Amino acid sequence: MKHIQEVYSKTLTKAHSTGCGECQSSCQSACKTSCTVGNQSCKQEEKINIQKNKEL
Amino acid sequence: MVHCFSYDRAKQKYYFLWDVESGSLHTVDYPAFLCAKNRYSCLTPEENVDYSGLSNQVREEIEKELDEGENAGVLNTKPLIDFFIKSTKIVKALCLHICHDCNLNCEYCFAGGGNYNTENDYMSEETGRKAVDFLIANSGKRKNLEIDFFGGEPLLNMKTVKEVVRYAREIEQKFDKKFSFTMTTNCLLLNDENIAWLNENMENVVLSIDGRKCTHNAVRHTRNGKDSYDIILKNAQKFRAVRGDKKYYVRATFTAKNLDFCDDILSLNDAGFDQISAEPVVLPEDSPMALREEHLDAICEEYEKFTEKYLERRKMGGKHWFNFFHFMLDLEHGPCPDKRLTGCGAGTEYMAVSPLGELYPCHRFVGGDEKYRIGSVYTGVENPDVREKFAKLSVLSKPHCKNCFAKYNCGGGCTANAIQYAGKPDAQYAMGCELTKKRLECSLAIVAIEKSENK
Repeated sequence: MKHIQEVYSKTLTKAHSTGCGECQSSCQSACKTSCTVGNQSCKQEEKINIQKNKEL
Repeated sequence: MVHCFSYDRAKQKYYFLWDVESGSLHTVDYPAFLCAKNRYSCLTPEENVDYSGLSNQVREEIEKELDEGENAGVLNTKPLIDFFIKSTKIVKALCLHICHDCNLNCEYCFAGGGNYNTENDYMSEETGRKAVDFLIANSGKRKNLEIDFFGGEPLLNMKTVKEVVRYAREIEQKFDKKFSFTMTTNCLLLNDENIAWLNENMENVVLSIDGRKCTHNAVRHTRNGKDSYDIILKNAQKFRAVRGDKKYYVRATFTAKNLDFCDDILSLNDAGFDQISAEPVVLPEDSPMALREEHLDAICEEYEKFTEKYLERRKMGGKHWFNFFHFMLDLEHGPCPDKRLTGCGAGTEYMAVSPLGELYPCHRFVGGDEKYRIGSVYTGVENPDVREKFAKLSVLSKPHCKNCFAKYNCGGGCTANAIQYAGKPDAQYAMGCELTKKRLECSLAIVAIEKSENK
């Protein structure tokens, strides 16, 4: 592509798990008076990364 | 939906396309920005002049690339989910109001000086244990359960805090659960003993401190009206020193009195903290410290100024590097669509427990309108209608979320704010929406710029 460069691709559609509910509730982090979920991490993705690191 | 936006740096202007439904981020040159904005949004008169000046060859090249992006599912993609209702059967997180008492008297406190307009109640050890039992009994197959110690000031009731942790640890294996504990504290009682215990037992600790000495002392007074900054900073720094790589945040609140909050955040970094949050204050609109529409431009400019400083400091590294809570954006391992549709889960999977054991949708409802009381840790859910109403709240059910590019970042926004500022749970708190959108643009620019600089 000449004019358009992809920085991150399909970050929503490639999510590993939908609705397992094991991740942290956002208001248990640091906000308490607003709402942010985009900065939370997926527990399933964390597990996969730990496994990958072990295999390396 | 594609959001086209730009970010100005001193030496360079960046242009971005954010594909909302797939979560794909692209950097583009100015001609491509114009073509994309013409296709997906609306050009300003100035941009229209520039767009008209593009050669046919350049336009054709770009239109072809945009078509390729659409065919590849990274531009103008359709929504994955069009209907969603949260389960009301599972609770996985509780916010325990360990006491409705506080040793500070902050001018902007949403909790009425810490007592939530109630008696200065303290949660008993028995109620704490009942809360643990309630959480386990209502958590279904969820393994990871969370308890947040909140107040008032939770360090005033450490006896119950310690008993809750002891009891939960004692029974978690039996029920195949894993508890995570967090605490939000004003640091005044953060002595060596408390520091050691919190460091050992808390997954995350949030330390409330407002930035510069002048900012902090202007609003966070002791009960007898004295300044609190010096002792709080000293205690917070002692905690930081022992915390190592474990999770913590220093959390500032900014108000209409410090719209130059960038300097407050940087002062926290200068004081040795590398995990920082700064929250817009929540106050009735007639309060002199409340953030109102007239402040919006100044706040957005301040976020831009802060973004530049943030990038500079992170590039410098070492003691200058820090993480800002509202600019965190996990584009590699972020939450799934379900989580993004429903936000914090207040009233369904997340509830607050008053010192007497009463259940509310979240900490912001405790001590408020009794129609939002869900039940009690002693008697269970008594008012399922409240949970049903909250379960229906999602990005998909709120009209103002439909065409918002930030909807999957905030999950539809804070329900307590919607009620406080707009009168009903599914209404729009417009100020909060605008700030969320601005922070997302800054965050996206940061991840793109840092990625390009780290190549």
